[in-house]
Amino acid sequence: MAPVLEVSGLSTVFHTRRGLVRAVQDVSFSVNAGETLAIVGESGCGKTITALSLMRLIPMPPGEITSGSVKLDGQDLLKVDEATMRTLRGSKIAMIFQEPMTALNPLLTVGKQIAEMVMLHDKASSQVARKRAVEMLHHVRIPEPERRAREYPHQMSGGMRQRAMIAMALACRPKVLVADEPTTALDVTIQAQILDLIGDLQSEFGTAVVLITHDLGVVAETAQRVVVMYAGRKVEEAPVGEIFARPMHPYLRGLLNSIPHVNSARGVEVDEPVRLQEISGIVPALNDLPPGCAFSPRCSMSEERCTRERPPFELKADDHYAACWRA
Amino acid sequence: MLTYIIRRLLLMVVTLFGVSVVIFLLLRIVPGNIADILFDSAGLIDPAEKAKIVADLGLDLPLPQQYAQWIGGLFRGDLGFSYVSEKPVLDEIAPRIPITARLAALALFFSIVAGVPLGVISAVRQNSGLDYGLRVLSLSGLSMPSFWLGLLILMFCVHFFGTIPIYDRAPETFWAWFAMLAIPAAAVGFRSSALIMRLTRSSMLEVLGQDFVRTARSKGLSEANVTYNHALRNAVLPVITTIGIETAFLFGGLIVTETVFNIPGVARFLVEAIRWRDYPMVQNLVLFIAIIVVTVNLIVDLIYMVVDPRIRYSE
Amino acid sequence: MSTTVSTDGPITPSAMSDLWYMIRRYPLGVAGAIIMSLFVLAAIFADYLAPLDPFSTNARASLARPNDVYLMGADMMGRDVFSRLIHGARISLAVALGATLIGSGVGAAVGLACGYIGGWFDLIVQRVTEVMQALPLLVMALVITASLGPSLRNTIIAIAIPLIPTVARVIRSNVLSLREMPYVEAAKATGMSEFRIAVIHVMPNTLAPLIVLATAQLGSTILTEASLSFLGLGVPEPYPSWGRMLSESAAEYVRTAPWLVIFPGLVISLVVFGSNLLGDALRDALDPRQRG
Repeated sequence: MAPVLEVSGLSTVFHTRRGLVRAVQDVSFSVNAGETLAIVGESGCGKTITALSLMRLIPMPPGEITSGSVKLDGQDLLKVDEATMRTLRGSKIAMIFQEPMTALNPLLTVGKQIAEMVMLHDKASSQVARKRAVEMLHHVRIPEPERRAREYPHQMSGGMRQRAMIAMALACRPKVLVADEPTTALDVTIQAQILDLIGDLQSEFGTAVVLITHDLGVVAETAQRVVVMYAGRKVEEAPVGEIFARPMHPYLRGLLNSIPHVNSARGVEVDEPVRLQEISGIVPALNDLPPGCAFSPRCSMSEERCTRERPPFELKADDHYAACWRA
Repeated sequence: MLTYIIRRLLLMVVTLFGVSVVIFLLLRIVPGNIADILFDSAGLIDPAEKAKIVADLGLDLPLPQQYAQWIGGLFRGDLGFSYVSEKPVLDEIAPRIPITARLAALALFFSIVAGVPLGVISAVRQNSGLDYGLRVLSLSGLSMPSFWLGLLILMFCVHFFGTIPIYDRAPETFWAWFAMLAIPAAAVGFRSSALIMRLTRSSMLEVLGQDFVRTARSKGLSEANVTYNHALRNAVLPVITTIGIETAFLFGGLIVTETVFNIPGVARFLVEAIRWRDYPMVQNLVLFIAIIVVTVNLIVDLIYMVVDPRIRYSE
Repeated sequence: MSTTVSTDGPITPSAMSDLWYMIRRYPLGVAGAIIMSLFVLAAIFADYLAPLDPFSTNARASLARPNDVYLMGADMMGRDVFSRLIHGARISLAVALGATLIGSGVGAAVGLACGYIGGWFDLIVQRVTEVMQALPLLVMALVITASLGPSLRNTIIAIAIPLIPTVARVIRSNVLSLREMPYVEAAKATGMSEFRIAVIHVMPNTLAPLIVLATAQLGSTILTEASLSFLGLGVPEPYPSWGRMLSESAAEYVRTAPWLVIFPGLVISLVVFGSNLLGDALRDALDPRQRG
């Protein structure tokens, strides 16, 4: 099966007062229909910029996509003109954002905001679009969708708004859904519901999902394939089982070690109490990266070569890639 | 919503009561009244005659009694008599109101029609040459005294048409009427439009940076749709509030502009009444102005409530 | 901004680079600062800068066109417009500084008191504020000068009083929001007294918006003084107030002696423009929240 979305060699920079910020460098991945690819990393590692680059929503200037291709069904989104891109946004590739509180227009009813898109892309009449909006709200399991469609965002709870966001994003049955931290701003119980919802709709519509998250728990639950990013670059990529079973890059291992284990967190007696580990240091400034491996200043396994030469992103085991000299 | 309006109306009454007391006292704290002025200018010094005038005008009564007379009269629709012309105040003020009202409405119209679109353009083209030009223009608008702008316009008319637009109660053509009002209105409105433009620009810039604008773009909406439908609607809210505050500013501009263009409106009349210490005239005019300002602010707040669902539904 | 600018001694390279940084970052603000400095210098050194006596009349020079002696022409009484404009800077500066200082000082005190005392005091001040805001600035100033009589001092008072509620309102809301700040709560939790908190945490943080607000008011005080004097109710003769210079020459000179109209208005506009530029830059630098 050919992948729906194929990203290769994507690089995005920002021209700022303090020099060139390389937010995303040479990032490649692909996603099949109905599959979920998770992009994982700490804040500031370039995940969100990657997501916005896919949608071509980087503010330009100061941003600029310098190279690479984003092929959606074989069509390179970085090559089409802005008018064509607009017809694709929302209809073929849609996005949901982190903050359901601020991502919806406060002055328009939720139904209108969904209908607006249906009218635009499917050339539907306003009645048809309204009906579709209500239908979509029903689909994302919002009770009383008729009434809710007439409500304004501020009248809804955070979880409800995120459902409405999802309804909006999926209203035109896009091939690809880019979800940028869709559950981060929500309560834990709501988080699970929203993830289940995305999963159900995905299998129903056959949507490919690019899930941006820093939460490895979310990754384990939803993704088939995982890309780990650090300082704007991919550092590891593998199927989700491999990622948790055999993490290779010390950064990923660090991330995994910083998650509390269910048993220890519940206070269950464990033979040997494990201290939660943290990764020391912070993500380096993207306009001032070290010459070698970007992670080397924080890495406990770092050796002389790591600080001098950047490790290539290469196949380390069956379908398991990493960029590390020591792996 | 109804309780809100009732509460606002009650507060309005309290405010207007305060205005009446403040203005009443302000006009009387300092010695010197119309009798003094009449006597100074006429060179009369007969104390008996002066005392008679003072008594006729009720200036010898205790202040609370004078105040009670004024307010009591107000409720009966009796605003008293002008000290100067000795005609009923109402008859003096009433014919002047429509003149000033038309001028003010036209000025406000100009300032909104020019200020909002230019502010949007300035924001959308942030940091372009056009933006810089518009920002300097709006800042000059805020820096120029409106009476000077009026004088410059007069000078321009003299230079190019050889004449000055003269106020005429019964203009012959619509265009004569329009030019007669539009030129002073533009002089008054320039400052307001500059203010509205600055505010629209900054409000628009703030809104354009918000998440829901990005969402609108991610839906594939055209840039024009995003700017005018999604962003402008939100950006205009704080501008509406300023238009309310702006009415008060506008009045200051009207006072000097009516003077420059020799327009017999309420605003210029206030200055004349102040010069003559015509208490009944001044206190009624000021109270009238306060009523207008307070009412406009109430209307603006109500419009705001209708436009912004967050406020509409929170009551 | 750096603190390495030395006040005495030779200009160090870092001071130069700081200056250069300011110019690059806030070019319009620096332009405003230059205009305002020229204005202040003109006011201070008016006696030395003015080529002629601003008060001495000369019948033969009545309504003289701009020429070598009378650079900007002469008025009806043959007084030199240029010299009167330079001396007029004193009036404008006195009114601008006086009214702004009184208005901002009293306004800040009232605002702080409202934010701190709260309760009935706040309620009364709020009502009084509403009363004053129901009256346009110029109307208020007109009535006050009419009541007190025209003089420089009364003009300053008349312009300062309407400023008070505006300043008080901003400072009050600032204090109220500051009091909710986590670091103030934290200071309270450590047992710091209310007074110490007010001095250490609240005052410095209200200073920035106060400076911004006061600078923004400078221009409007100059404009109000000009309007009052234009209407004949501001600074009286023989003071060469810019606004009064325009009223003397108002409509009739539009035809006959345009220089009497152009130059005073130009000077008022330029100074107010400068103060607005400076005010905007200060706001951007000191208090990004007030951006408007």
